[in-house]
Amino acid sequence: MCGGSRFLDVGPEYNPGLVSLIPRLICAGGSLSGQLFQAMRQSIIDGASDTAAELAQQALAIGVDPLEAVNQGFAAGITFAGDQFGCGQMFLPDLLASAEAMKAAINILEPEMLKRGSQREALGKIILGTARGDIHDIGKNLVATILSASGFQIFDLGTSVTPEEFVAKAKEVDADIVGISALLTTTMAGQKAVIEALDRNGLRPRVKAIIGGAAVTQKWAAEIGADGYSRNAIDALELAKNLMSKVMNKGTAQA
Amino acid sequence: MRPRIQLLTPELIGRILCEAFELLMSPGVRVGSAPVVELLRSAGVEVNDGVARVPEQLVRNCMASAPRDFNLYNRSGEKAVHYGGDDVHFDPGSCCVQMLDPDTLEARPSETRDLVRLIQVTESLPQFAAQSTAVVCNDAPSAIGDLYRLLVVLQHSHKPVVTGSFSAAGLQGMIDLLAADSGSQDNLRKKPRAVFDVCPSPPLNWSEFGSHNLLELARAGVPAEIVSMPLAGGTAPVTLVGSVTQHAAEVLAGITLHQLAGPGSPVVWGGAPAIFDMRTGGAPMGAVETAMLNMACAEVGKHLGLPTHGYLVATDSKFVDAQAGAESARSAMLGALTGINMISGAGMLESLACHSVEKLVIDAESIASAYRLVRGVETRGATLATAMFAQTGLSGEFLKLKETRAHFRQEQHLPSPVIDRSARGSEPPSDAFTRARARVNELVSQYQKPSFPEDVLRKYQSIVEREADRAGVASALSGD
Ligand code: B1M
Repeated sequence: MCGGSRFLDVGPEYNPGLVSLIPRLICAGGSLSGQLFQAMRQSIIDGASDTAAELAQQALAIGVDPLEAVNQGFAAGITFAGDQFGCGQMFLPDLLASAEAMKAAINILEPEMLKRGSQREALGKIILGTARGDIHDIGKNLVATILSASGFQIFDLGTSVTPEEFVAKAKEVDADIVGISALLTTTMAGQKAVIEALDRNGLRPRVKAIIGGAAVTQKWAAEIGADGYSRNAIDALELAKNLMSKVMNKGTAQA
Repeated sequence: MRPRIQLLTPELIGRILCEAFELLMSPGVRVGSAPVVELLRSAGVEVNDGVARVPEQLVRNCMASAPRDFNLYNRSGEKAVHYGGDDVHFDPGSCCVQMLDPDTLEARPSETRDLVRLIQVTESLPQFAAQSTAVVCNDAPSAIGDLYRLLVVLQHSHKPVVTGSFSAAGLQGMIDLLAADSGSQDNLRKKPRAVFDVCPSPPLNWSEFGSHNLLELARAGVPAEIVSMPLAGGTAPVTLVGSVTQHAAEVLAGITLHQLAGPGSPVVWGGAPAIFDMRTGGAPMGAVETAMLNMACAEVGKHLGLPTHGYLVATDSKFVDAQAGAESARSAMLGALTGINMISGAGMLESLACHSVEKLVIDAESIASAYRLVRGVETRGATLATAMFAQTGLSGEFLKLKETRAHFRQEQHLPSPVIDRSARGSEPPSDAFTRARARVNELVSQYQKPSFPEDVLRKYQSIVEREADRAGVASALSGD
């Protein structure tokens, strides 16, 4: 996706005033959903929360399946934004605005999805926090933003989190992955402590543990038995997706 | 005339302070620990749900008790660094977790041997008025990593030290180590050898760890350097001036806590402000805007008559390359022209994560050039040129003049062989990194380790053992 325009190629029919056109399009029996989905995508890329919410409302009003609106419309926008960010075409404030717009749309669609029992499956549940004694959280927040924008459900426990807190949350929400960030050489020991606590509580290998932070190395990850480590937020997304496929495979194998 | 550079007008500084005082009342400052809350309440400050509203008058009273200047002393008890006025000093950056290996050009976890090499080179270079606890030693137990770094520096150096602790529990051991070095706690207070960096957490948060250390340093009378690090656009307003305002509020809150705990204790208006990289979320230390933030923050501190500090001469490059040279040299000049008392950061790569001793010797040349620049264009003798022309006429034989011989050393900075000004000869020319490697080897081979009385070494040992016990790690550390 790198090198592309920040704007999706929405085709010659694209009209930014689409929202107001919807009733007319319906009457004319035009290919509404295609254009609507494109507008939804664009609203996310533009980080336009109001437009995204309005489009979500319109979709409900004309009976579009909310899950389809997410999957074919809004989610395509956030994937595009994530890709563009990954290759340096979009910037953090843009990405955050896209994530906000996504939230605005989901907030509107969620009650209807619940009603229909068609909840959108999250890619996985991930607990994040920085190790005990560590207050550096910029990197962890970035990882949370990217993962959540890409469809993971994130439970962010904040900074200086104890092993017990990680374990309790992992049990409470039945997490798939626990991610521990540490920026200080002194707090990296806290990553080990969390992994040990997960082991002690019998949560691993079902729950995967991943780590990251400026001083963290592959060697350290191997030494403490982490299931993965990544140098940056974009790689963390790949890592989480790969681990989820293992979690899923195991699930099927055991079933 | 000393050349200087000024980014803020007095009027703008007035507005910055005015808004900083407003921020201290609303939204207020988050304070992490019960002792801090107690201290503030006893001074009449309202603290609700961990947020203090600090009134301007209290801050001003506390600023009035903070010293305008103070000195750091070397191991022989001589003044070596003057924090105050327009004096400018440099020290290598602190606390890197990695070291650039000059053979493989890879960043690898830093170890004791790296710290020793950095100390040896810093010790020999007059550009560095102070040492720093430059890297974390990954071969020592991390639970006492901060103490261990200081031990290694004290055992290898005469110079003052810029240091810091990684946790609240780690501080006392470090103060004790310095007291052992000075002979007693009282000597340390009278002639401090070290200054401790202490960081608030942006925005406007004096965490439990930071505030604990600030209060303890104030009580011990050991200088504290408040290193506020707003990241413009990420953890602070995106405008440079907005971040400078947040910085001022964070440091003012710090000075208030510090002076309430130890009135008259030395404290520095310091910082490592940076912009926030909108692609990576990183803190680009080599960006010109980062330098501008450091300059502007220091200008506010100078306006208040306080000793100042900044984080410059560092780069975001991973190698000792053209980017590293350009970014570091530029900010060394800008910091010196601003008159910042202590400028930390030389030797650092990768946004403060990685050190390079080769970069340190190259940075030393930039620093020497910055010092030269700050001395400005001076006049010597009664005439500027005519007296010399009276001797040479039109012959052009200036090399023969006694004035030439007498003054060229002041007029020109004479660089070390790190800087190539040679004419091309039969040997193939080398690049700066190759020359820097040779220079490092030369300085290391000339270095002589100071000797210590047995009783001081024993005191060091017992403090390290005590702290190792406290932290639950096996000690047997020598720091040698
Ligand atoms: C779970 O899965 C994953 C996967 C990937 C993960 C992951 C988790 N977590 C991170 N990743 C990865 O993806 C992220 C996005 O790409 C990346 O995250 P990063 O966090 O690496 O990258 C961020 C996007 C940008 N990077 C950062 O935000 C960190 C930058 C540096 C300069 C830094 C900053 C900004 C700060 N600091 Co601090 N700080 C430094 C840092 C030097 C450096 N270059 O790393 C470092 C880490 N700090 C250090 C120090 C010493 C300290 N700091 C302190 C405080 C602070 C500030 C508050 C001022 C501020 C943090 C603000 C905040 N809210 O986070 C103090 C610590 C307090 C504590 N107990 O935690 C204090 C102790 C200073 C003092 N004396 O008070 C040094 C480490 C020393 C050591 N022993 O390890 C340091 C290397 C700088 C230095 N040379 O001094 C990847 O690592």
